[in-house]
Amino acid sequence: MPLYLALTSVGALLAVSVYAIVDRRNHHVSRNVYRLCIGLCGVIFLAAVMPRGAHVVSTTLPLGLPWIGMHVRIDVLTAFFLAVVNLGGAAASAYAIGYGAHEKEPMRVLPFYPAFLAGMNLVVLADDTFTFLVAWEFMSLASWALVLTHHHEEENRRAGFVYLLMASFGGFALLMAFGVLGGVGGAYDFASIRESTRAGWTSGLVLALAIVGMGSKAGLAPLHIWLPLAHPAAPSHVSALMSGVMTKVAVYGFIRVVFDLLGPPAFWWSVEPMTFGAASALIGVLFATIQSDLKKLLAYSTIENIGVIFIALGLALAFKANGMALPAALAFTAALFHVFNHSLFKSLLFFGAGAVLNASGERSIERLGGLIRSMPKTAFLFLGGCVAIAALPPLNGFVSEWLVFQAILLSPALPQWTVKLLVPAVGVALALSAALGAGCYIRAYGVAFLGRPRSEAARRAHDPDRWSLGTMAGLLTLCLIAGLLPSLLIDTISPVAKDFVGGRMPTQAELSWLSIAPVAESRSSYNGLLVFVFILFSAYSARWVIHKFGSTRSRRAPAWDCGYIETSPMTQYTGSSFAQPIRRTLGVIAFSVRERLDMPAPGDTRAARLSVDIKDRIFDYLYAPLTRAVESCATGLNILSLLTIQEYLALVFAALVFLLVLVAI
Amino acid sequence: MTLLFNLMAQSLQMLLVLALAPLLIGFVRKLKARLLRRKGPPIIQPWLDLIRLLRKEVVLADNASWLYRWAPYLIFAMIWVAASLVPTFATGLTFSWSADLIAIIALLGSARFFLALAGMDIGTSFGGIGSSREAMFGSLAEPAMMMIVFTVSFVAGTTQLSEIAAYMVANMELRASVGMALVALLIVAIAENGRIPVDNPATHLELTMVHEAMILEYSGRYLALIELASALKLLLYLSLIACVFFPVGLATHDAGPRAMAIGLGAYVLKLAIGGGALALFETSTAKMRIFRVPDFLGAGLMLGLLATLLVFVTRSL
Repeated sequence: MPLYLALTSVGALLAVSVYAIVDRRNHHVSRNVYRLCIGLCGVIFLAAVMPRGAHVVSTTLPLGLPWIGMHVRIDVLTAFFLAVVNLGGAAASAYAIGYGAHEKEPMRVLPFYPAFLAGMNLVVLADDTFTFLVAWEFMSLASWALVLTHHHEEENRRAGFVYLLMASFGGFALLMAFGVLGGVGGAYDFASIRESTRAGWTSGLVLALAIVGMGSKAGLAPLHIWLPLAHPAAPSHVSALMSGVMTKVAVYGFIRVVFDLLGPPAFWWSVEPMTFGAASALIGVLFATIQSDLKKLLAYSTIENIGVIFIALGLALAFKANGMALPAALAFTAALFHVFNHSLFKSLLFFGAGAVLNASGERSIERLGGLIRSMPKTAFLFLGGCVAIAALPPLNGFVSEWLVFQAILLSPALPQWTVKLLVPAVGVALALSAALGAGCYIRAYGVAFLGRPRSEAARRAHDPDRWSLGTMAGLLTLCLIAGLLPSLLIDTISPVAKDFVGGRMPTQAELSWLSIAPVAESRSSYNGLLVFVFILFSAYSARWVIHKFGSTRSRRAPAWDCGYIETSPMTQYTGSSFAQPIRRTLGVIAFSVRERLDMPAPGDTRAARLSVDIKDRIFDYLYAPLTRAVESCATGLNILSLLTIQEYLALVFAALVFLLVLVAI
Repeated sequence: MTLLFNLMAQSLQMLLVLALAPLLIGFVRKLKARLLRRKGPPIIQPWLDLIRLLRKEVVLADNASWLYRWAPYLIFAMIWVAASLVPTFATGLTFSWSADLIAIIALLGSARFFLALAGMDIGTSFGGIGSSREAMFGSLAEPAMMMIVFTVSFVAGTTQLSEIAAYMVANMELRASVGMALVALLIVAIAENGRIPVDNPATHLELTMVHEAMILEYSGRYLALIELASALKLLLYLSLIACVFFPVGLATHDAGPRAMAIGLGAYVLKLAIGGGALALFETSTAKMRIFRVPDFLGAGLMLGLLATLLVFVTRSL
């Protein structure tokens, strides 16, 4: 029943795409499309959370390849990710009812938007290789079309090109991964892949290909370069979907392949996810810290969060390989908790950025400022999102971060030295990225929302419509609930952990006072609700005492600023000046920053100039040589297009003989 | 009856840290003055200052927003809660399990977040400079602190402060890793509290100031709250050092009033020693350049990492 409900809704989403094209003359088409999307996402969400009767429900539809059909299946992992995808999808659609009304070319968004949602749902539902890959490519192409919504801008066209390139590269890696998984027998459905056994090196190959394929979609460094270009280029509700939800679909794919299809793990499987995860966390947060484009900043911060998720998954693999069920469950739960959290607050933040963009026409924080006075409601909600994503208690980001740290603290018990020495390094990376993340959001919020407005547009900005505000408020409420009552979510994830890593955390609901304790209360425990209540109580008692015994008078006056009056708002600290200390201390290593100061000699009336040159090392040392190599190969092979027919025939024959020899061996 | 007693002990701790924090500041100032052969203000001077500030009218900048007015209450509340969750005279108090060491550090991080934002609210360059530097210090000090937490909790097998203290009391032995963690914690504590050589708590109007720059526009009751919060933070770090590394005399929650009184005496003594050491250290060093601070904190981070690695490699060191 839930499966058919979900499938029907996915079909209906595709129908909505068609409806958007057919009914394009209607003025209300945008509103109708988004309303239908909310409804359908809501139905799939319900299908995911409703009791399923059987533990796993699956079916085969007579679609796709004629002799195998289309396998679909809902198990606990699918259900969890369906819930995440459709919660994000419903939120984005609700936000878009208001936001989408401002779209100048709605026909470049409306047909692709429901298709994108359908593609993501289908990836999660797929139970055979063919369906998975087709749905995956469908999702990529639909989102690519959405990235090109504002195709008039040169920058967006370039983003679309890079995205398409990386997506096809990732898709190719996945194709090969599933090819190796299927083996010589050519198994298509996941059930027979699960049962087959394979040699150690094949598993290693599949793991590497899965990291490349899923990692390129999730934004794992060094395959992340498309992400900060493509995510911000799309309209904001689509950016939210891509950053908050599509990256999670990639995480789902990774879990499905590595924790499920690939069979029992070896300990060295954990090395790759942890290393790349730590690299992504650091690279993501460092680049986020120096960005001045608000949406780009959020996109880089997505890379950081994906890094955190992969670190946790790597830990789970290491524990699982050593048969340590409880720590594995803890790390796995932390990963899924962070998946849920990130889909909430990243959507919230992109919605906020969209509201700012709509109200002021500005994406650069350097020309904003003082929005807390012109858009007070958005400012409050955005602040909530910042606190959540900066992993600060009592909101939800902290809880998942705390769970990852608890998992790291259990790692000295691991027997292998490789992992044992890797884990503390990963721990430092995680701690650094958490701390830098907080600094990054202080900067983003402080420069864009606080201070004095740096442009007329920022001064005149205003709060968005009720749909947008309501959606953001709803997401913030969910963040608060997940932060204060984490035990609910942990107990929800427990069955997934039980199926995929073979253990579960102790049932949290049984603990007193709604606190959480991953292992035992004597080892570690945290109670978000109580901490929140304490903070409120202390703040109110302080207020009460002051109002009872102290003075309550206040008076407005010009800012003091040590007696110096700054007339122009341009004298405020800007985003780049805020990031300067970080750029100076960590920038030399991370992004080869070069600062040049051109100071005129005394008496010279020329203005002094400070130029900062920031390079992306990954681009320079990895992608640039790659591009050059591809280009020189292409030029070298160019002669092949000018052969005579005899030469072509000889070439084909030689290739055939070579392949036959290869097969014979 | 036990519950009532426990609740009383917990409330006593909350009020105790609140009452002692300004006195600690006063004590350090007095001692510093005496070391410089000045007479110095009385020890209760910080309390008198706070009361005076509370009675004064607040002058708000014209464009101060709601965040600016909320922030002092939030900062104070977060640091107060954190400070009252660190065991001072007794371990295992009623609510001590509601946040472990990681959560306490993160609570301080939340307070820093709001303080840095408040510094940017008015839109003056002093506020921005303070916030920017605070963010830089924080992003190095917090990972160093996490490494210390790793070391200590690997050794003790728990992140609950009460349990760590109990473990340390039961296993009094010299460990290289714990020693390194202590040095790292001292470095972090100096940086986090804006003491010399990182920041000078006594200056105003100096281009190198950090904490003072952020709160430059605050006045009246708001300033009082922030001053009280920073005093509480200093007390918190001293309590933390005392509880983890020198847990002598700590009572357990069910030990009865006599043991608690001993614990209280030991705690005040430890604070006095810590404050004395701080005053001595501050008078004997000079403030460092702002861009030397990352090196200073980096040394703390590396020490912490080294300690963690030592514990990973061998449980016995």
